[in-house]
Amino acid sequence: MGETVITVDNVGMEFNLSKEKVDSLKEFFIKLMKRELKFQPFWALKNVSMDVEKGDRVGLVGLNGAGKSTLLKLISGVMKPTEGRIRVKGRLSPLLALGAGFDPSYTGRENIFLYGALMGHTKQFIESKFDEIVEFSEIGEFIDVPLKNYSSGMGARLAFSIATAVQPEILILDEVLSVGDAKFQEKSRLRMNSLMEGQVTILFVSHSTDQVRKICDKAVWLHQGKVITQGPVDEVCDDYEKFLQLKN
Amino acid sequence: MTIIGHRFLVNFNKYRYLLNELVKRDIKLKYRRSVLGIFWSFLEPLLSMIVLTIIFSTLFKRNIANFPVYYLIGMLTYQFFAGGTKAAMLSMVSNAYILKTIYIPKYLYSLAATLSNFVTYLLSLIILFMVMAVTDVNFTMYIIFASLPILALLLLTIGVGLIMATINVFFRDMQHLYGVFLMLLMWLTPIFYPPEIVPTSFRFVQTYNPLFAIITCCRSSFLYGTLYDINILLFAIGSGITAIVVGIILFYKSQDKFILHV
Repeated sequence: MGETVITVDNVGMEFNLSKEKVDSLKEFFIKLMKRELKFQPFWALKNVSMDVEKGDRVGLVGLNGAGKSTLLKLISGVMKPTEGRIRVKGRLSPLLALGAGFDPSYTGRENIFLYGALMGHTKQFIESKFDEIVEFSEIGEFIDVPLKNYSSGMGARLAFSIATAVQPEILILDEVLSVGDAKFQEKSRLRMNSLMEGQVTILFVSHSTDQVRKICDKAVWLHQGKVITQGPVDEVCDDYEKFLQLKN
Repeated sequence: MTIIGHRFLVNFNKYRYLLNELVKRDIKLKYRRSVLGIFWSFLEPLLSMIVLTIIFSTLFKRNIANFPVYYLIGMLTYQFFAGGTKAAMLSMVSNAYILKTIYIPKYLYSLAATLSNFVTYLLSLIILFMVMAVTDVNFTMYIIFASLPILALLLLTIGVGLIMATINVFFRDMQHLYGVFLMLLMWLTPIFYPPEIVPTSFRFVQTYNPLFAIITCCRSSFLYGTLYDINILLFAIGSGITAIVVGIILFYKSQDKFILHV
């Protein structure tokens, strides 16, 4: 305990919110001539600071558009903050958007290697985990069939099996993962529970305070890009729920 | 600067296997659904060569010695440049979904797109050797020297690919403009006509065309069995290095903004 693994230091993220997005040369020059090139700044996050220590399980709560997903994207390195600094120690395992890296024309077997490579693993490592992944996903003989011929549940099962085959250091969850039929959901819940045991650090985004209370021990409440409160999960969730009731 | 270089190398090492997988996927999927498979990359240049040889030997006065080899060298070079840069240009937009969800060094997609075209190019050199054998071209040791202009070609294609990938993120209609540019480039480069038919006052178009410099060097090594003019080679390599340096700088300076535009 005590070792800080994620430092978010006074982070701000600015987007251009101009009404019409200019993404062609033609438009660019027309707008330039008419002097219509406007830059409408919008701060999705402003002055956000938080520290996450090793083993912390932090839930991010807030309304739609509060900046939760933006913050996760900044931490996972997909986007760079406009201002402030973010430091991360340890390997991040994003579980956002299952199956994002799959290629539909590839077979299940080929996709395991492709997806593993996207997560930054080596070939040897994926080979050593291969049997385990196939077994857990219950794909069976479909492993050599192109992914486009899979049912949607099968694809999700395969993605989940690959993503959770590794014991992560920092796990990033955007909404809870429930894939497959009832039987597989139970299995994936057990897998998630075993992943969450031990020294793993978790960042979890959800609308549901019930899920956050169940999974996390700390929470951060974001509202319109600013941190309202952060601290023990129950305090923050109580505050947030009170706010929701008032609003309704 | 040393820290950046160090981080780059660590990252490159980590994602080397991904690069490998991406190149493999491009090549595999291109030919998976066709009966002839990878042989398409042999057959396509061969067939277009036959067609053009027939046209040029009947319609026009035949003034190029060994037209099939002359044409193939030019066309294969041009096709790799056009295909490689085009694929790199589209790579950011077509992989937008992944770039938005997982952190991956973005240049990998652009590089993989170019490299998979390079593998196809190297394979199609087999066709060139076969046609050379059939048309009684002398195989000399100078063929080995072709590796230098080919290296220049690779650098040039990667560099222009990075530049086009960056521009295309911000201006999507670049795809169409670039298509027109590539067509213009094909006609301005002496691929199926001798360079001499262009009036002297317009020769500068050829002199300052890096692609033609590469083709000239390759023709010397493969077809004529001589050493190329070293100045032409230096121009080709210089252009390649310039393109890749400009490409890397442009790409690195704007890549953080990609996510907001793709």
